[in-house]
Amino acid sequence: MTIRPLDPVQALERMMLIRAYEETLIDLHGRGRAAGTCTSVGQEAPAVGVVSALTADDLILTNHRSAGHLLARGADPGRMLAEVMGKQDGYCGGKSGSLHISAKELGVVLTSTIVGGELALATGVGLSRTMLSKPGLNQPGIVACFFGDGAATEGRFQESLNLAAVWKLPILYVCENNQWQAFVHRKETMLADGISGQAAALGVESAVVDGNDPLAVFDAASSAIDTIRRTGKPFLLEAMTYRLRGHFEPDDQGYVDKAELAHWRDRDPILCLRARLEREGRLTADGVAAIEARVRAAMEAATAFADASPYPGLDALTTDVYA
Amino acid sequence: MTTMTVNDAISVALAEEMRLDPTVMIFGEGVATKRHDLLAEFGAARVRNTPLAEGIIAGTAAGAAATGLRPVVDLLFAPFLCYAMDEIVNSAGKLRYISGGQFKFPMVVLAMTGAGWGVGAQHNHNVESWFVHSPGLKIVMPSTPADFKGLMKSAIRDDNPVLVFADIALGYSAGEVPEDADAIPLGKAAVRREGRDVTLVSYAKTVGTCMAAADTLAAAGIDAEVIDLRSLKPLDEDAILRSVAKTGRLVVVHEASRLCGVGAEIAALVAEKAFTSLRAPVLRLTGPDAPAPASFPLEQAFVPQADAVVAAVRSLVAEPATV
Ligand SMILES: Cc1ncc(C[n+]2csc(CCOP(=O)(O)OP(=O)(O)O)c2C)c(N)n1
Repeated sequence: MTIRPLDPVQALERMMLIRAYEETLIDLHGRGRAAGTCTSVGQEAPAVGVVSALTADDLILTNHRSAGHLLARGADPGRMLAEVMGKQDGYCGGKSGSLHISAKELGVVLTSTIVGGELALATGVGLSRTMLSKPGLNQPGIVACFFGDGAATEGRFQESLNLAAVWKLPILYVCENNQWQAFVHRKETMLADGISGQAAALGVESAVVDGNDPLAVFDAASSAIDTIRRTGKPFLLEAMTYRLRGHFEPDDQGYVDKAELAHWRDRDPILCLRARLEREGRLTADGVAAIEARVRAAMEAATAFADASPYPGLDALTTDVYA
Repeated sequence: MTTMTVNDAISVALAEEMRLDPTVMIFGEGVATKRHDLLAEFGAARVRNTPLAEGIIAGTAAGAAATGLRPVVDLLFAPFLCYAMDEIVNSAGKLRYISGGQFKFPMVVLAMTGAGWGVGAQHNHNVESWFVHSPGLKIVMPSTPADFKGLMKSAIRDDNPVLVFADIALGYSAGEVPEDADAIPLGKAAVRREGRDVTLVSYAKTVGTCMAAADTLAAAGIDAEVIDLRSLKPLDEDAILRSVAKTGRLVVVHEASRLCGVGAEIAALVAEKAFTSLRAPVLRLTGPDAPAPASFPLEQAFVPQADAVVAAVRSLVAEPATV
């Protein structure tokens, strides 16, 4: 299967849309219009890089920092905002809020905010991919499971990789190692420099990639997915990146080392890609302005849509409990 | 009619449902080893041994159920559900609601529970009410082989997570099972014995205790009605209320401890909806608020006994009538 190459300008636009979405949400929260959220600011590159390497048949599981994954998959920012604001036209009818948005139509099966919950369910989704793949279809979809370095300190991480390896489940485990686990720095909770080192012991192939470079992530994810499709076995991709904002809005990041933050701000994935494309002559200042205008218009439309959407009727309180 | 044990009835139900529906599968620690008939008939893809990791077993079931399979998982002894609680309660039970009805979770969790094997507190704990208290789940706890077969079949066909607790002491008890019997609907109690003077409500092995007590009471001229709940959620409120309306007296008997147990719910239900038909206080006979002992005589004393049921009923019938 040949994956179409990632157009870097389109990747930049998608990353800018994700950033704009998060900024809109922060603003809405500041004005009391939406609950606080865990944003994905700074982590746009793994979202766009990995999701662009998936096909429409592939399924996604993710965690509380899921907006980037959903938008990279083509989610409508208006329905996302409506969901976060608890409105009827949100992806989950307003019942999920920002932390658990799932969208079956986009192949986003369940977003867990129980840290590690997505790792526990991913094996089952991988199992159904394997069991239900149609005979003659030589490329059954794979499952991409996004989780953080904090989740990797939970036992479910080992349990999940172990079972996926033993049962040969087609799962791309994507650890977004953003250095933070809520208010605790990764270095306080693990001695290793990353989590990929654990994979080999469980019989899982792995790779580490610069998680602030969407093109590098795309290449690494494409080759990992290719391996999964060829071998039917799981693969762990660790994207080294950084959480540029606090854990949960609002958060003044008073606990973050200033030098560390400055170091990673210089490596902001959007600014870096933009500078690179300008340097290479693939993007002009006008081109950037045009993208900015499109993104702004998209977010204005999204906000208007979410504003106009009604709250669910109170009977929704007890619907969808049972199938 | 065939005579079979509860354990056989569970296996027969599994085999029949696996024959009917290729998406039904079973996995758990030693499942493929112990249920070799199923392995022989359905193969290693649908009958699987798992690692010793209840969390990932239950999570895998939830993920598989969300994406098209109908898994049955055997978690062995009920106390081990503590390891799988997150996946059962937070994922399987909640994700349909959180996703606004996008996903369903047709899965069955099997576990053994209750006194009878002298296995002690970490293998014997009646935890059913924990799960009754959790939204999105269904709980069955039958007492006869025919009910185990019929309710297992319904549990497998149900589009929601269903926990089936098998009372250890009943595993090798035999009973008649109609060959052509089909599924027994969840949420329907069985009247095991009709009576006019007092209602005994129970489930699992204490149904037998109530039947024995009813025999003794009959010899003394007291006519007890025995109701076997079979499923705790949904609860057959009508069966309870109908019987109490007739008898005016109620004793609830179960082995799980009293505080916030199923008996508390039934007592409250009757107080709310059948208060005026009561001729005496509602009584509960339950296991103590203590871990289950391993010592045989202590373990027997843990379980409400027939003579205690008889004494409780006598105390009620001796009460002066209020109407
Ligand atoms: C089981 C569980 N424990 C604790 C929390 C609270 N919590 C939410 S996010 C978070 C940090 C998770 O860190 P990581 O997995 O690295 O993801 P990140 O937030 O960095 O993306 C914690 C502790 C939770 N949601 N679930």
